[in-house]
Amino acid sequence: MSKYQVDKRGYYGPFGGAYVPEMLYPNVEELQNEYLNIIQDPSFREDFVKLLKDYVGRPSPLYLAGRLSEKYGARIFLKREDLNHTGAHKINNTIGQILLAERLGKKRIIAETGAGQHGVATATVCALKGLECVVYMGEVDIERQAPNVARMKMMGATVVPATSGSKTLKDATNEALRDWINNPVDTHYIIGSVVGPHPYPDMVARFQSIISEETRKQLMEQTGSSHADHVIACVGGGSNAAGMFYHFLDDESVNIIAVEAAGHGVHSGESAATTALGREGVLHGSRSILMQTDDGQVTEPYSISAGLDYPGIGPQHAWLFQSGRATFVSATDDEAMQAGLLLTKLEGIIPAIESAHALAHLEKMTFKGDETVVICLSGRGDKDLDNYMKYFGF
Amino acid sequence: MRTLDHTRKILQGERLLSIYFTAGYPSLDSTLDIASTLEKSGANFLEIGIPYSDPVADGPVIQESSQKALQNGMSLKVLFEQLKTLREHVQIPVFLMGYFNTVLQYGVEEFCAACQAVGVDGAIIPDLPLYEYEEMYQPIFEKYGISNVFLVTPQTSDERIRKIDALSTSFIYLLSSNATTGKELQVEDRSEAYFSRIKNMGLSSPIVIGFGISNRETHQKATNHANGAIVGTAFVRVLGKEQLAASDISEFIASFK
Repeated sequence: MSKYQVDKRGYYGPFGGAYVPEMLYPNVEELQNEYLNIIQDPSFREDFVKLLKDYVGRPSPLYLAGRLSEKYGARIFLKREDLNHTGAHKINNTIGQILLAERLGKKRIIAETGAGQHGVATATVCALKGLECVVYMGEVDIERQAPNVARMKMMGATVVPATSGSKTLKDATNEALRDWINNPVDTHYIIGSVVGPHPYPDMVARFQSIISEETRKQLMEQTGSSHADHVIACVGGGSNAAGMFYHFLDDESVNIIAVEAAGHGVHSGESAATTALGREGVLHGSRSILMQTDDGQVTEPYSISAGLDYPGIGPQHAWLFQSGRATFVSATDDEAMQAGLLLTKLEGIIPAIESAHALAHLEKMTFKGDETVVICLSGRGDKDLDNYMKYFGF
Repeated sequence: MRTLDHTRKILQGERLLSIYFTAGYPSLDSTLDIASTLEKSGANFLEIGIPYSDPVADGPVIQESSQKALQNGMSLKVLFEQLKTLREHVQIPVFLMGYFNTVLQYGVEEFCAACQAVGVDGAIIPDLPLYEYEEMYQPIFEKYGISNVFLVTPQTSDERIRKIDALSTSFIYLLSSNATTGKELQVEDRSEAYFSRIKNMGLSSPIVIGFGISNRETHQKATNHANGAIVGTAFVRVLGKEQLAASDISEFIASFK
């Protein structure tokens, strides 16, 4: 068993667990008891792999970005999750969870969403399977991600605004948990990141681990080695990062870098750089690292990217940070926006602003000429065009 | 000296009325006055809510009271300061109810020690599950003589309920249904069967029903099956009145008798 993976009781080092009210205990216990049996069953694997191939469009390409490589003096590969159906890595997890929900006999699906990508991915798989879908989304995010709201509605989902707190992802998650408490029997909650009570962080990471599984194969094909010197991904809750890191964790020679959103600057008071600003705490069912006041009230995070303004990180990431296995850094709004524009100009790829945070870290690295770098391009920038337009004045 | 046995004896009474309210709401220093008025008006024991920014088990009324209390400046530190004179004003059992993160940041041991020092009898922490309590915190609660109150829902298995009964030193908090706070109690055949199932288990802990108790009728229905019932949302609504008077509180309590 890898020391970076979940233990039998749902912990990564001191992080993880299942801190849920008794009202949710049976739901969570059912998942804890069933998830491994179901997702390791050959017929599940067959269905999952087939849908990933024929519906999602996997494997996603591993693209050697020539002009970007030339600029930074390294071999820079982009794992093109942006080319997946629905435009981001989120679909990998929702395909897995809808198949799981089907096998658990659930009739109704709920989800939370920040940027809208997970909501769209959930609405998509519910349409695919003909299941009722309710997506909770912060009122603020509904305004700034209008195209994704429209997509969810077109696919038959009900989008419910979360009007409490900061009216963003954290509050949407609270509302979804409340819905689950009130509907404990027929409803499955598709959590979109590697957060929540055990087994969600492990389950979501397993569904997303297809990213690094493919990457290693593709590296072997393209470079003759499955090794990468540096693997980089952005972290809000951290699902694309968990998938990108998964099959590299036990190879200690791989430098794993997680990039958080620093917003207007780590210490500006408007930031989502959790490891820099947070400390151990419990939110949304797991013990992790959390931005909070001295009194334990959860702090409102900020990032220009709706997908990264979450006040915590998944418990596995907290463990990777604390154990030193991964290096946690951050990029500001400005650095991310510039990196997004640079990729667009050099490679003709408009990245999601989330992914642009990962790209921004290249500016701070120095390379020996032949080093291999893989960056997870977790999503495409279509949903962020308004933001890009406003920022650059196009 | 307050003892667990004394508290438990009170909780073994009949048709007990317990009231939940949020510390620091409607104003920062209202907590002790409200507690004292509730006792004088006939409440049998109290839950004082520790406000939290992300209260997932609560409905909108209690969540809003928490937000207001936080804006008023309430914190666990402030609350324990205010409760230093609790026992000069209030004799009935008092429990603190809140979410685990605020307790964790205060320090679990410091929290239990402070509860003991001010005379709080126990804590209700819905997102601190049985397993985590047993593995990590039970010895600390026991060291300071602080009861940890567990919740039971219609979905909780008999086996788990028996375990909860064995671990409980004050009462078992029986949720009327699987719901967040503030939903009206609907005593249908299903809940009758659930309440009867619990009653027939012959548990040694007193049972108190919470969530959805809002008036005399629902209180009576609930206490047909349990030692007492807890009123939360309906009372927090009273506290939200403009120009709140002590008589509003006593009239509210009287309406249950």
